[in-house]
Amino acid sequence: MNGCINEMKLSFIASSENEAFARAAASSFISLLDPLVSELAELKTAVSEAVTNCVVHAYRDMPGGIVYMQIKLFGDRRVYIKIRDKGCGIEDIGQAMQPLFTTAPEEERAGLGFAVMESFTDKLRVKSSPGNGTVLVMEKVLQERSPNECKANLSDKSGRKLRTCTPVR
Amino acid sequence: MVSIEINSQTLTAHLSGDIDHHTAAAMRTEIDRAVKSAPIDKLILDFSNVSFMDSSGIGLVMGRYKLINELGGKLIVADPPAYIAKVMKLSGIGRLCEIINTVRR
Ligand SMILES: Nc1ncnc2c1ncn2[C@@H]1O[C@H](COP(=O)(O)OP(=O)(O)OP(=O)(O)O)[C@@H](O)[C@H]1O
Ligand SMILES: [Mg+2]
Repeated sequence: MNGCINEMKLSFIASSENEAFARAAASSFISLLDPLVSELAELKTAVSEAVTNCVVHAYRDMPGGIVYMQIKLFGDRRVYIKIRDKGCGIEDIGQAMQPLFTTAPEEERAGLGFAVMESFTDKLRVKSSPGNGTVLVMEKVLQERSPNECKANLSDKSGRKLRTCTPVR
Repeated sequence: MVSIEINSQTLTAHLSGDIDHHTAAAMRTEIDRAVKSAPIDKLILDFSNVSFMDSSGIGLVMGRYKLINELGGKLIVADPPAYIAKVMKLSGIGRLCEIINTVRR
């Protein structure tokens, strides 16, 4: 029950348009676990931070660089997200993760990407090798949904109730 | 997207859609152009129709704070949806500007 029940991999060019694409793809895949609206919003934000860092920092001097995203869903409602780049890497991860630390203040970066990823997930691991790239792993366990909530989810956008069923658990 | 409304000394920028690294630059340009061309002392950033925001939005708010502060005016952030309010809280931006809720949501 606690093993990996679904997995996706995606690679795309590190362009700013693809930030929204990456969020949409991640959100649509994670939706298979029926997350709360707030949980999905938080994970979308965390993915956006990670991908934006690849675009803004990792491949700053390497146009056409590729971002690799992998998401795994587990039976215990754990979501595993790995985002990897082959960009410039981070010299000092401890310093980079400090809230408000940024190497791009002139571009109106707030230096809060890592702080947002940390607060919106349960676990964040960063590995980096200067000159070779960075790997970021985030994990979050989604709340258990009660049968009542599942029923509520079966109403359509206008709020009209659709046929209800007993969720299989 | 940004739509600008000016009412005496107050400029309201109604933001809509996603605010990320890709969209923030154009929003910044539009807001700044409007702020610099009107004699105002209050800038309201209306977040009620913002569908998504990451830390790029915090950069946008902080940058507008700097600008309006230099001009001697004040900044107000209005109606951020719940989870965007969470990002704002995390950033401590509430120390620079008032965050208000005008509509019941
Ligand atoms: N994938 C990456 N490759 C290289 N450097 C990175 C990467 N991710 C982050 N960094 C470095 O870590 C710093 C902090 O990242 P963080 O996301 O917290 O802030 P930011 O991107 O500078 O600003 P914000 O995310 O608030 O717009 C960056 O300024 C950059 O120097
Ligand atoms: Mg960042």
